[in-house]
Amino acid sequence: MENITDYQKEPAQTPVKMERTRNRKVFVPKVDIIETGDAMVLFADMPGADENSVEVVLEKNILTITGTVEPQDCPGRSIAYSEYDTGDYERTFTISDEVDRERISAVVKNGVLKLTLHKAPQAEVKKIAVRSE
Amino acid sequence: MFGPAIWRFGGRMDPLQEMQRLQREMNRVFSGLEQPLNPEVPPLNAWVGESDVVVSAELPGVDPGKVDVSVVGDTLTISGAREAAALKEGDSYHRQERSHGRFTRSLQLPFHVEAGKVEAKYDKGILRVTLPRAEADKPKKVAVKCE
Repeated sequence: MENITDYQKEPAQTPVKMERTRNRKVFVPKVDIIETGDAMVLFADMPGADENSVEVVLEKNILTITGTVEPQDCPGRSIAYSEYDTGDYERTFTISDEVDRERISAVVKNGVLKLTLHKAPQAEVKKIAVRSE
Repeated sequence: MFGPAIWRFGGRMDPLQEMQRLQREMNRVFSGLEQPLNPEVPPLNAWVGESDVVVSAELPGVDPGKVDVSVVGDTLTISGAREAAALKEGDSYHRQERSHGRFTRSLQLPFHVEAGKVEAKYDKGILRVTLPRAEADKPKKVAVKCE
């Protein structure tokens, strides 16, 4: 019988690299994350995206932000100068259990997504009485 | 030559700038890193038609009332400021990637424009300025007479 030489499992990349079905560029939006007294506030720059095209998904503890942007074009004119490209946005974060999953709010204004993740109420301290017998 | 310009024939005007852009592009391709081509804020795109030019700028999170669009001759200038989030006592940044502060961009247009008819719209964080070509600058058709 042959010896088993390769028994190690292949470690996965985290997150597992995915391929897209749509042939469009994807950008990682720049974010600011601010911790306030009772919440974590995330701002993401997503120019070209609005409340209908931004999607926020929380699955287990992985928060994914996606935004689809339709290509801009000017009918009857030709592009003469270009410094930026249009494409979709995607970024993933791992969030801790401190976040209250039921109270996450997302607002898009002027191409900026504001995501408020409220902190879960502090786990109450339980004191265990010690008795003597 | 200050800043970028669109030449009348559609190309760019400054050969040195074009060379530098090409060099950056090549470096970017070979380094395998996705770096922004032009770090200037805001990035601009421009479309040229027969009777007008459309310039768009990516300006997320800016108060449209505080964006200044001005045209002098054939130069368009966009300026304004992006304000930082107001932090309260005890708030702290975990991550700060978005830039804020004042910005000014100028773009030389391929023709003189009708300054009174310039339209600027701000939607979803993108500023779009439509600049109609000046009547005096439009090509004139000369009728050829036969005597």
